[in-house]
Amino acid sequence: MDRNYVNLTVNPCKMCMPMGMVAALKGISGSMVILHGSQGCSTYIRRHMATHYNEPVDIASSSLTEQGTVFGGSENLKKAIYNVIGLYEPSVIGIGTTCLAETIGEDTARMVKEMKTDPSLKSISLIPISTPGYAGTQFEGYFNALKAIVEDTAVITGKSRALNVIVPLLSPADIRHLKLILEMFGIEYIMLPDISDTLDAPYTREYKRIPKGGTALSSIARMPGAMATLEIGTTIPEKLSPGKFLKDKFGVPLYRCPLPMGIEGTDTLISLLAEFSGRKVPHMITEQRGRLMDSMIDSHKYNSEFSAAVYGEPELVLGILNICLENGIGLRLAATGCKSPLLKPAVENLEEKFKNNLSVMTDTDFEKIQKFVAGCHVDVLIGNSDGKWIEEKEGIPLVRIGFPIHDRIGGQRLLSICYEGTMRLLDEITNTYLSFKESTYRKRMYQKYFN
Amino acid sequence: MKAEAPNKIIKERNDYILIKQESKNRSIKCDSDSIAGSVSQRACVYCGARVVLNPITDAWHIVHGPIGCASYTWDIRGSLSSGPEIYRNSFSTDLGEEEVIFGGEKKLERSIDEIIKANRDNPPPVIFVYATCIIGVIGDDIEAVCKKVQTKHNIKVVPVKSPGFAGNKSAGYKAACNALLELMDKNTSNMGSNSLNILGDFNLAGEMWIIKKYLSLFNINVCSQFTGDSRCRDIKKAASARLNIVQCAGSMTYLAKKMRALYGIPFINVSFFGVEDTKESLLKIADVMCGEDTVKKVYFYLRKMEKEANERLKKYKCRLAGKKAAIYVGGGFKAISLVKQFKSLGIKTVVVGTQTGKKEEYESMGDLTDAGTVILDDSNPFELEKFIVKTGAHILVGGVKERPLAYKLGIAFCDHNHERKHPLAGFEGAVNFAKEIDSSINSPVWNLLGAGQQ
Repeated sequence: MDRNYVNLTVNPCKMCMPMGMVAALKGISGSMVILHGSQGCSTYIRRHMATHYNEPVDIASSSLTEQGTVFGGSENLKKAIYNVIGLYEPSVIGIGTTCLAETIGEDTARMVKEMKTDPSLKSISLIPISTPGYAGTQFEGYFNALKAIVEDTAVITGKSRALNVIVPLLSPADIRHLKLILEMFGIEYIMLPDISDTLDAPYTREYKRIPKGGTALSSIARMPGAMATLEIGTTIPEKLSPGKFLKDKFGVPLYRCPLPMGIEGTDTLISLLAEFSGRKVPHMITEQRGRLMDSMIDSHKYNSEFSAAVYGEPELVLGILNICLENGIGLRLAATGCKSPLLKPAVENLEEKFKNNLSVMTDTDFEKIQKFVAGCHVDVLIGNSDGKWIEEKEGIPLVRIGFPIHDRIGGQRLLSICYEGTMRLLDEITNTYLSFKESTYRKRMYQKYFN
Repeated sequence: MKAEAPNKIIKERNDYILIKQESKNRSIKCDSDSIAGSVSQRACVYCGARVVLNPITDAWHIVHGPIGCASYTWDIRGSLSSGPEIYRNSFSTDLGEEEVIFGGEKKLERSIDEIIKANRDNPPPVIFVYATCIIGVIGDDIEAVCKKVQTKHNIKVVPVKSPGFAGNKSAGYKAACNALLELMDKNTSNMGSNSLNILGDFNLAGEMWIIKKYLSLFNINVCSQFTGDSRCRDIKKAASARLNIVQCAGSMTYLAKKMRALYGIPFINVSFFGVEDTKESLLKIADVMCGEDTVKKVYFYLRKMEKEANERLKKYKCRLAGKKAAIYVGGGFKAISLVKQFKSLGIKTVVVGTQTGKKEEYESMGDLTDAGTVILDDSNPFELEKFIVKTGAHILVGGVKERPLAYKLGIAFCDHNHERKHPLAGFEGAVNFAKEIDSSINSPVWNLLGAGQQ
């Protein structure tokens, strides 16, 4: 734990498990979510997601009250399921637990099993997912949900040429870009989850309560027959890894690669895809790489002039570190609110290679991060909108990336992965520094050298 | 139990929906628990308590429970401060599995010890400890802990009984009001006082300051503010006021009634939304608080302000006449003010609903609207969508949760919730409101929606 207060978290750098579970479910085709607990959990998460994605994010609640808390909430949950089916006509309902449901000992899995005997529910998949808010952050909630969906849905099927692609929480624009690259390689894939349309839906005349898109359950069912699984992310705990489950239970070969951010990170992904597809790297991707290389040369001197601090979900933090370190940005801090035992050694490896005097904090909060960045020289913060407090108080500009971004528009459209996204993010980081430099250097030079 | 008919309003919800008739209106069901699976727009008891107390700028607000409740409510509201900013932080005991099993009392106590130790030079004037869902079921006695640390450190530590499941948002308002009552000095006299308390304004974008400026023109002193830009010391002396004016009735009527019973302070309802309501409210206040000469002065001042505002509103009225509005907000008082405000702009309200409105408030909405208007209690996206489409509303007024729905339906939107960053109260607020409505309804973007679509 890296916090100044031992018994208090001040300005949290994390959210709760149900948040991650909802984000994962929103990438499943035809899905709705019910949170089994009191009304607030679903409403808070709706608000948090709606302001980031600028999309309606409907989440139902079993609306537990005192009665349900004392005598059990199964009646509430049943009612919630029937009502959601009437209003939304979903094909999948993810049922996540909350702190309350878990603490009063609700056996959601048993309740769901009982409900499956109702013939009118035959065509609807009900998937119970255990996500007590106190047992982890949104990062664990997300993978816990993905794993539960795969466990619930995957069946032994015939072999196919498909590649399972399991992704951490990225932006819809990132997922769209990744799909495009897979298509350029001609790879047949099953993307899990796929929020590219569901959380960034085009305007259409007719409103759809459940937006189109997302991973079809029938595709997830076929995952055991895939030629391999590519799990993007190196900090996913083994016990929450859907790829590991598919490997152990069905013998699907598992490949893991870091988030494709930066030249090397993206190279790893691209060479894996070339291997899977048996094709040469498409010309367009080679061009993108060249353009990124060119842009990095253009900005490397500016980038050597300043230092940055990065925070957020462990996987994204590592990706951003790669971009910064590859181009000579001085890094002072890598921080996450998750416990993430895998982040520390990964950052230490990078530190060994780049010798940046880089500190790493896990299970931390913004109070600690703020004191740290105020105490050492940091010019740019990189992370989600929750760093706005430090930006305001310490006057350090913040490059917004990740989730949530609720004080700027377009979080869902930020592209930050692969060669193209790296270029955009790196430019944004460099320009943030340049904007500071351009607007202050005359005054600074005057103060330093005149008289 | 079985599945509801597809694509229909949940049967049980029909009692909470009223279509205004020419005569003989039945009454609407309200003020009860949300229906499971209806996708209510309400939050929970904790939310109700937090929104009411959070604007107290020098208070430490500790959320006792797992991290989510604190994380999602960190500095998301636009209540401004003229000084301290400690309220903009998020403090949580961040309970984990261990405390859920063995109890969180010790951690809570130690967290407060730590705060006192770290802030010796500037000790907190008050710490609020919010109980969340978990606390309600693991049996932590937060009252005992608060009492203990209060004695140990000689500072005020007030428990807020707000486990999320223990009722709806209104129960949270009540929990907050009880915490406020506990903070007030009991032995104050209001004999000969010429000051009032403002209840139910949260100083969004400086609205409390706008109201205070009006009052200061008539030499009316403000004793305490509940709770926009207030400090612990102001709330302590609240019992010495002569009058309570109540704006957000949903959250503050309970407190006003309690203060009337305990300290003999009468209260009146006011609203500063819209030219008409602002004028009426200020006159009402002057009637109680001022002598005849000042009332006259107030009257002339208000006439001048009204004229100026109406002058500025003219151009918007031309551009907005004949439009139709849907309203879905938290409380009844705001909905009523909005209906009136829209009417004054020549806009008809075709849908109006709230999360926590009271029976009398819904009756007022019925009285103010035409036949065919849809009145809703504790509604959901499904119903809002259905009724917006059916009535052909051009704009939805609500909070940020409702915004994406309006936009997806291709209609304008006005954020009238706590996250906005410009004032909508008073005479200047009334002009801002019209300007905002106009900027969205008459945006060129809507002309493009049909273009290029198959």
